[in-house]
Amino acid sequence: MAEKKYAEKEKFDKKAALAALTPLEEETTPLMVQVNHVTKKFRLQKTVSLKDEFVRRLLRRKAPNDNNIFTALDDVTIDIHEGESVGLIGLNGSGKSTLLKCISGVQQVDGGFIKTRGHVAGLIEVGAGFSNDLTGRENVYLNGAILGMTKEQIDAAFDDIVAFSEIGRFLDTEVRFYSSGMYMRLAFSVAVYSNPDVFLVDEVLAVGDEPFRKKCAKRIKELKAGGTTLVIVSHSTKQILDFCDRAVLLSHGKLIADGPSDEVLSIMLNRRVVKVKEDED
Amino acid sequence: MKSTHTDDATDLGELKTPGKWQGLLAVFNYRYLLKLIVSKDMKVRYRGSFLGMIWTYIKPLTQFFVYYVVMGIFLGLSKRGENYALYLFSGMIAVNFFTETLRQCTRSIRSNRGLVKKIYLPRELFPVSSLRVAMVHFYPQVAILFIFCVFSGWFGGVTPGRILAIIIGFINVAAFGLALGILFGALDVFYQDAENFVDVINMLSSWVSPVLYKWTMVAAVLPHWGLMIYLLYPVTASVNLFQLGFWFPTTSGTEALPPHVLINGGISMVVSLLVLGLAELVFKRLEGRFAQEL
Repeated sequence: MAEKKYAEKEKFDKKAALAALTPLEEETTPLMVQVNHVTKKFRLQKTVSLKDEFVRRLLRRKAPNDNNIFTALDDVTIDIHEGESVGLIGLNGSGKSTLLKCISGVQQVDGGFIKTRGHVAGLIEVGAGFSNDLTGRENVYLNGAILGMTKEQIDAAFDDIVAFSEIGRFLDTEVRFYSSGMYMRLAFSVAVYSNPDVFLVDEVLAVGDEPFRKKCAKRIKELKAGGTTLVIVSHSTKQILDFCDRAVLLSHGKLIADGPSDEVLSIMLNRRVVKVKEDED
Repeated sequence: MKSTHTDDATDLGELKTPGKWQGLLAVFNYRYLLKLIVSKDMKVRYRGSFLGMIWTYIKPLTQFFVYYVVMGIFLGLSKRGENYALYLFSGMIAVNFFTETLRQCTRSIRSNRGLVKKIYLPRELFPVSSLRVAMVHFYPQVAILFIFCVFSGWFGGVTPGRILAIIIGFINVAAFGLALGILFGALDVFYQDAENFVDVINMLSSWVSPVLYKWTMVAAVLPHWGLMIYLLYPVTASVNLFQLGFWFPTTSGTEALPPHVLINGGISMVVSLLVLGLAELVFKRLEGRFAQEL
């Protein structure tokens, strides 16, 4: 069995696959996210205290070098058009989440530029805007507003959000008393009903139990079918194949491949990945 | 304008740089969110508290009585002028409003780091919501003061200029507190020394301002130019403005306030607004790094 697996791996030629990558089709829909030669660097240094600085000078030690710079994104260019769903893949530390944070505007790029169109909102981290001291109901409103919804929009979506989250009679309980599953479900529900034009999803689809995950997947597909542009970060091959037509492979901050999700996944995993046409459930 | 529906892009607006600094005024576009954040902050503050908002009355009243007994009675300041209690209270609420605004604004970015790191919102939203919370605590104090003033014959001595003094005093101290709060809130992200520094500013502001004593005591020791700076310092100016607006009308009018309180107050307010502009420039430079520093 092990031998067979090894043999399979041998058969896959990464370089050839990279060279033979199907080029992206010309998109006719408007550009929603433009990532243009983006570079992002982090300085890996702690704050210096007066005491440390004093001791350092006293002992005539060298200053900690400023070369301690980590390049999280290195000249990355991606154009994402309306209605596309793009998966960002790569190992831990490849820069996927950093890119997503730059697109959402939480972090600023050091080189190149990013432009977005319309209302960009994300599931960057579920429950980031939740307050433990508020009830479920209050948190729905607070989070909806954080995600850019108006009061009227939240009112209109409120019943859907609550129904989707399945928290039922706990709606008027403070979320500190929620189980972690309930908490995540509610936060997720607000996000998927916030109706952005570009929806950023970072590794959060592993929410709740199997039935809830299925429901989430269904909702994301609904959004996709409704024309929402999706940018998804995930380590799950299945999710990327499921949601994304296109994938972008990053490695150490550099863009390695950009093309059909099955082909790009094959390159990342170094083995042939086949997209299976699934039946409608 | 007529939409031709040929270009979908026009419906979604132009391509924009995400997370671009929009300035303090952008907060007005987030009024609903601001309201929710303020009410959240109030709930968090009084969570598990039986007395809740009543504390906003108990604390300043206790502070007032301590000051009154120690300074007014033991040290005999109450004998030096009319209605010392109202004099004390008028200045005290201005200083309290300033110190609370500054303290909460300074902590606001750091204490909301969960949000700042994950979701883009104009970051000024957090200091502004702290200012609003401080206002919620300020109004009951104004109400108490006003009631005492009315019983002490405030309506007999009030003029439009004195009401204007209260308004300028309020804007001045709010703008100055917010300005320093925005500045130190941004610095706090990088060095937590900001919080300690602000405690020092607060302590100095409460004792330097002529709340417990008369401005003439300061005039006796400061050179002329020093006194000018002193009177234009926004916290001092607002204390004087509040005294002119609340306390002065209840007196026989022979009490001494610094000359040109209203004009000085106006100049001071302009200074505060300029400081606010400067603080915004610093904030703008630093806010792009908030998410990675927190």
